[in-house]
Amino acid sequence: MTKKILSWAFIALVLAFVYAPIVVLIIFSFTDATILGQWGGFSLDLFKRLFTVPEMRKMIVNTIVLALLAGVISTVLGTLGAMGIFYAKKGWGKVLQGASNINVINAEIVIAVSLALVSSIFVFNMTYYSLLIGHVAFCTPFVVLSVIPKLKQMDPSLYEAALDLGASPAKALFKVVLPEILPGIVSGFLLALTLSLDDYIITSFTKPAEFDTISTYVYNAVKNTAKSELPAFRALAAVIFLIIVIVVVVLNVRAAGKNKQIAKMEKGKK
Amino acid sequence: MEEKIAGGAEENLAGGAREENIIELVDLTRIFEDGVAAVDKVNLKVKKGQFVTFLGPSGCGKTTTLRMIAGFDKPTSGKILLNGKDISALPPHKRPVNTVFQRYALFPHLNVYDNVAFGLKLKRQKVTYERTDGRRFSKIEKLGKAEIAEKVNRALKIVDLEGFERRSVSTLSGGQQQRVAIARAIVNEPQILLLDEPLGALDLKMRKDMQLELKEMHKKLGITFIYVTHDQEEALTMSDTIVVMKDGEIQQEGTPLDIYNEPANAFVADFIGESNIFSGTMTGKRRVRFLNKTFDCVDDFEKNEKVDVVVRPEDVVFAEEGQGMVDGKIVSSIFKGVHYEMVCMIGKTEVVAQDTIERKVGEKVGIVIRPEDIHIMAKEFTVNRYEGYITKHITVAFGDGEFACDVTQLYENSTLDEEGYLVTASGEKIDLTDTDVEVEVGLKDIELVDVDTPEQEGGAAGNIVSIIYKGDHYQVIVRTDENEEDYVCDTEYTWNENDRVSVIIRPEAIKLKRKEEGKR
Repeated sequence: MTKKILSWAFIALVLAFVYAPIVVLIIFSFTDATILGQWGGFSLDLFKRLFTVPEMRKMIVNTIVLALLAGVISTVLGTLGAMGIFYAKKGWGKVLQGASNINVINAEIVIAVSLALVSSIFVFNMTYYSLLIGHVAFCTPFVVLSVIPKLKQMDPSLYEAALDLGASPAKALFKVVLPEILPGIVSGFLLALTLSLDDYIITSFTKPAEFDTISTYVYNAVKNTAKSELPAFRALAAVIFLIIVIVVVVLNVRAAGKNKQIAKMEKGKK
Repeated sequence: MEEKIAGGAEENLAGGAREENIIELVDLTRIFEDGVAAVDKVNLKVKKGQFVTFLGPSGCGKTTTLRMIAGFDKPTSGKILLNGKDISALPPHKRPVNTVFQRYALFPHLNVYDNVAFGLKLKRQKVTYERTDGRRFSKIEKLGKAEIAEKVNRALKIVDLEGFERRSVSTLSGGQQQRVAIARAIVNEPQILLLDEPLGALDLKMRKDMQLELKEMHKKLGITFIYVTHDQEEALTMSDTIVVMKDGEIQQEGTPLDIYNEPANAFVADFIGESNIFSGTMTGKRRVRFLNKTFDCVDDFEKNEKVDVVVRPEDVVFAEEGQGMVDGKIVSSIFKGVHYEMVCMIGKTEVVAQDTIERKVGEKVGIVIRPEDIHIMAKEFTVNRYEGYITKHITVAFGDGEFACDVTQLYENSTLDEEGYLVTASGEKIDLTDTDVEVEVGLKDIELVDVDTPEQEGGAAGNIVSIIYKGDHYQVIVRTDENEEDYVCDTEYTWNENDRVSVIIRPEAIKLKRKEEGKR
């Protein structure tokens, strides 16, 4: 009995430790007090500011557009790269994958500095191009990493079967190989999206001076408390958290539904 | 107005339209990157409408041959002729052949209907129209939706899967998936259907049913089937022609009856069905000596030629003791369902027999073999094989001799300690004395020396009984006195018949293998 109580208490403690700060943040997003921890009465003002102050709006749009662009480009490059690695001759594939993995393990600051260096050599540093290239370069290896397992799982004769049935190599790729590895591509895209969304280091090294994403903006705001829009981030954090919770719940419910469906079909077979 | 006058079936590769051979392999060779010849100069002609089976153990090159016909593997050299036209450079999607894969290779993201319709949706055909002014013109068109549906439904009907159109392939059983794979291939009306061990993943009963169904399908469709399997029974059941392969080469090609009754060599005899293979010698016209007795037979070979004699177990007939051609003793009897499989010892030779009437172990029996059940094949020497044992001096005794050898090859990664025990990789100590071993010695690894030269340690001695000149070397057979064991060796030196010689074999040239328990 005591064991049970203890174990529940432990779980409660862990959950509280993880989620309490977020819960506090969300609670305080419903008041307009400028100093965190003061309750100035219930208000939706912070949420309103989030969507009405042009500076805020611009920064949020910037972040999302950049993440989508980087996500799409790195998904295309990463998928092609994964296929190249998978279908390369034995020795080469390993070398290429190793080279791709280095970027995953490498410290972000190293990537950021080197990107800044290279792009200033070619005189486009601190432009939108250097920023986008930086994000793509940093996200692509993660896409490669999530696509390769799907290629390995795929029955190699599927591609041959498509050729056998009259598909040209390109058609076989689009009609058979891509649908097969689509889950890997999608999760790679989502990974790239989230990595790009909250990236700070690479962004701050490569972004144009007047351009801000959420993370660079917050960082500057914290450093320079004179900026009045800091409280609005409580609302932003609450919104982001809400979106993530919804996405996770939807994904889990869908996965559970699919499992049930499969179980049902298996039953039906017998 | 435009009027559609003809569909595009005339597009078939009709090189030699009257040619009866639909496919012809000419010196077809495939050498892998590591230098191994998976397929070595294979020549084969397949007649239109036949059911041809490539049969052989794994690694014999049968699947590689099939993959070259399908276009997945490029031949290193040689040609593949389809209706007389060389197609070896044609990519797989342009060949009028379709494949049923070993593990089905159905597209998991498509349902049954879309899997079967996959090829049809990609198909383009030339359609010729006639205008009102009488001029004709042609267009490349896709197949119509209704036409595709009709063809898919017909194919699904052939494989007995009507009503499964909307099912996801992952919900089907192995047998059903197999049927979808077949439907997906035949719906394209290929000239040749290639089947790569398609029944390998099914259980025994399902496999038997599918064998008959495939045979039935072959009759109905009338197209050429090329089938690959390692299952000799499957091959015998279904095929018009069986091509037995080994080490990338065709061993024999013929009808199931030919292959079973007239195997070309010991490998084929051993691989197809069960068989007793004896070493024999021709003693006269249609007379062969084996089991220490001369039998009448129906095959004609040179007198004194060493031959392999094949007798199928079901052709060994028991009689009462003294009333057969030779007498023996039953040493084992196993009930196999329909018949008993019995082993009869005749002298030192085992003869396997099958009969519905059991003879008890220990019973003395006579054996009768009819002349037409004795099949004689030319002996091919590839390697010397002996049964031997390890002596207490850690040498090996075989063929009336004793030879120094490397016993550590009996167990992987083992070593020999000072006391003569073998230490295995896991540290176990083994006393090898009297271990039964199978010994293999290559023909080129045997050295002959004049017996008058100072006596060598170990080895065997005998007389040269045969010398055959083989173009660049002599094949010499040395027979020992005691048990008449033969050593076949290839040598460049000239010897004379009846010369007395010593047989010397380098220790590292003696290949040893533990004799497996319970195996004949």
